[in-house]
Amino acid sequence: MKFKDAKYINDYTDSTKDPYITIYAVVDGRHLSIPCVVGNRYYDEAMKQVKAGTLTIKDAD
Amino acid sequence: MSKAAELAALIANVNKGSSLAAKNFIINGAQNVAQRGTSSTGLGGSTGYYVTDRNKLVFSTSGRLTMEQVADGPSGFLNATKLSCTTADTSIGAGENFLFSQYFEGQNLQSLKKGTSDAVPITVSFYVKGNASATYGMEIYDLDNTRSISTTFDVTTGWTRVEKTFAGDTSGALDDDNAASLAIFLWLHAGSDSNSGTLNTSWNSVTAANRTDSNNTSFFDSTSRTFFITGWQMEIGEKATEFEHEPYSVTLQKAQRYYIRRNAAGAYHYFGAGHVAAVDAGRIYTSFPVEMNHIPVLETSGTASDYACYNSDVDACTSVPALTNASTFETGIQLANSSNAFTLRSGCNLMANNTTDAFLAFESEL
Repeated sequence: MKFKDAKYINDYTDSTKDPYITIYAVVDGRHLSIPCVVGNRYYDEAMKQVKAGTLTIKDAD
Repeated sequence: MSKAAELAALIANVNKGSSLAAKNFIINGAQNVAQRGTSSTGLGGSTGYYVTDRNKLVFSTSGRLTMEQVADGPSGFLNATKLSCTTADTSIGAGENFLFSQYFEGQNLQSLKKGTSDAVPITVSFYVKGNASATYGMEIYDLDNTRSISTTFDVTTGWTRVEKTFAGDTSGALDDDNAASLAIFLWLHAGSDSNSGTLNTSWNSVTAANRTDSNNTSFFDSTSRTFFITGWQMEIGEKATEFEHEPYSVTLQKAQRYYIRRNAAGAYHYFGAGHVAAVDAGRIYTSFPVEMNHIPVLETSGTASDYACYNSDVDACTSVPALTNASTFETGIQLANSSNAFTLRSGCNLMANNTTDAFLAFESEL
């Protein structure tokens, strides 16, 4: 999977509540909102690439 | 096959543990459901699901193809999946491949009794044709135990039915859960890493070089190459029985466990209702028609202004919709407007903002 423009998305109603609800990323050309849940293949792959140092996910606004 | 022979095959399979109804483990075998659209071009750079539901295309090649759902098929079939090579790859690297595949949840395969002394045989059948004669590989792959069994099949220029039976595997039980445990791979392109050994025609631990045949035709050998498939079935037993047709709605619901797509049916299509929780944020809630395999990702058009929140007025979103509080049964979807245009504590709808480019797709494929 090729991730582009990866960024955490917080709770829009209260950014202090949970800053890591989902990750927005363009994955192989598709615009995805990825739940931060272990077991989701996109999230798992993103974490793998972060650990490998090949992907950086920007903080939420 | 005569009626008597057909009945005998059916009875034999039932005695092995097959069902008279819902005997086909393949979802969308008749290629009738294509939620993602009926055509996609330039495929080959990324493994994924395209066009007809549940068919996973696994790629490692510089070749490219167009995938289509076409109104073609042998008698009784209205649709087929067609692959057309658009960029050839005649310099095949050792690690290259192209697999047309389907993955299965382990909890749906316990009737195979795999890994026990009672393991039952399975028979795979499908109709194929191409632009010219070809020989491809077929492999049943146990993802839980890294075991597999392979064979080959031939394609001609007319529709022919491939029927291949695989012995039951007394080793390697499949996990009883929602993860992928087994896959069928049709090898349409293979480098020497996968075909330089001896074809593995009985269940064994996977040896990479034995996964497909050394004479495997490459789908990418020329831009005139095509591959059509429909009537794909995997059933318990030693004989291929007639393809089990089912209503479109039944196939769609099976497919929606893995992918649900809602396209804007009009320029101001409503996707769902919810409430405005802040002047810059709203939420809608939507239930899935069937429990999804796992918590899905949400795919959008990628353009925030394709979406709008309708409360006191139609206000364009300033961020693309995002998941919140998602489960396998339902999810919330967040909407944002950085100009504080939403009316606090009002009801709202997520809608297309004067475009049919807007869509919501939920994916939990294996």
